[in-house]
Amino acid sequence: MTGALVLRELRLAATGGSALLPIIFFLLVAALFPFAIGPDSALLARTGGGALWVAALLAALLPVDRLVEPDRASGVLDQLALRGLSEESVAVAKLAGHWLSFGPPLMLAALPAAALIKLPAPVLARLELGLLAGTPGLAALTLVVAALTSGLRTTGALAGLLMLPLAVPILIFGAGLTAPDGGPGALKLLAAASLLLVAIAPFAAGAAIRAARD
Amino acid sequence: MSLLGLRAVACVRGGRLLFEGLDLVLEPGGAALIAGPNGAGKSSLIRLAAGLLQASAGTVERSGRAALADEGLALDPKLGLARALGFWSRLDGSDASQAMAAMGLAALADVPVRMLSTGQRKRSVLARVVASGAPLWLLDEPANGLDGDGEERLAAAIAAHRAGGGAILAASHQPLDLPGAERVQL
Repeated sequence: MTGALVLRELRLAATGGSALLPIIFFLLVAALFPFAIGPDSALLARTGGGALWVAALLAALLPVDRLVEPDRASGVLDQLALRGLSEESVAVAKLAGHWLSFGPPLMLAALPAAALIKLPAPVLARLELGLLAGTPGLAALTLVVAALTSGLRTTGALAGLLMLPLAVPILIFGAGLTAPDGGPGALKLLAAASLLLVAIAPFAAGAAIRAARD
Repeated sequence: MSLLGLRAVACVRGGRLLFEGLDLVLEPGGAALIAGPNGAGKSSLIRLAAGLLQASAGTVERSGRAALADEGLALDPKLGLARALGFWSRLDGSDASQAMAAMGLAALADVPVRMLSTGQRKRSVLARVVASGAPLWLLDEPANGLDGDGEERLAAAIAAHRAGGGAILAASHQPLDLPGAERVQL
């Protein structure tokens, strides 16, 4: 049953181009960054990793209004509950489906983005490694915030206020990993922060979905 | 073995007591019609029976699966109707095509859900209930938006379901053909 839900999430992300939006946003920020900083390639290489992490974080915020609210409003979540599926299982399926439509495409988009800001190859490798470890945590955070804000009329600003502070550990260790002296310590802490968010997300999102019914 | 048993159930919504001390038992083949003015708690009672709301007092027991038809369409708007209903019938381990034919939707199989009219949406929601194979049907205003043909098909589906040992709990302002139904006044 959960497998069918993951496939449905992927289909929803693929149709209508909603999965494409965060990727385009990410690339756009990467293209704008040199305009703001200037063409100094040494400076770009030093700051570019951090800039791409901020872009990834903001891109993760974009799907907040489509992850849970449409399913709550149209009764999909009720129908799933009637079929004996716990809200936590629904959240796990949504998390898996959302990460698959967000993490790997973002890692692909990081290649042209790194080229735009002339990121050296070793830094790019660490950025990709960091995105692999960090995007599950970002996806989990997006899901929790989407569940918490479902049913509210103005989700946009509130979602940002809820999500961005909680994403600070991911940002610190992710950007730290791309710094010249970034090492295995930063990767481990990034993976730990990401794992914690992934572990909490199904329970937090599940409880939020249940609470939104009342 | 009753399909639904409510004992001394009370429901509080938004700090307001909607009803209390409600008893209702639905046996296979049975039916109950909830009556009451707007805001009396008809939909809340149906959601209580579905397990989507918690009773403030009393117990709610269901012995089998339940299928719910309420105002929630719960079909992906971009998919064709047959595929959208197919998502749910696969979860239920059933086939939606017979139910679509029963509700007069066979010709709309490839039409995207977002193009459907109000009445066609209602028929689709009812087709999901028919296809579910659940013994207990919870119908919240099932005849809303249906034309004469739709009402006849709904009545036929209900009669067939009850004849097959299923039970119905319905709330409706339109006259609903439920012979021998218990009346629950809220």
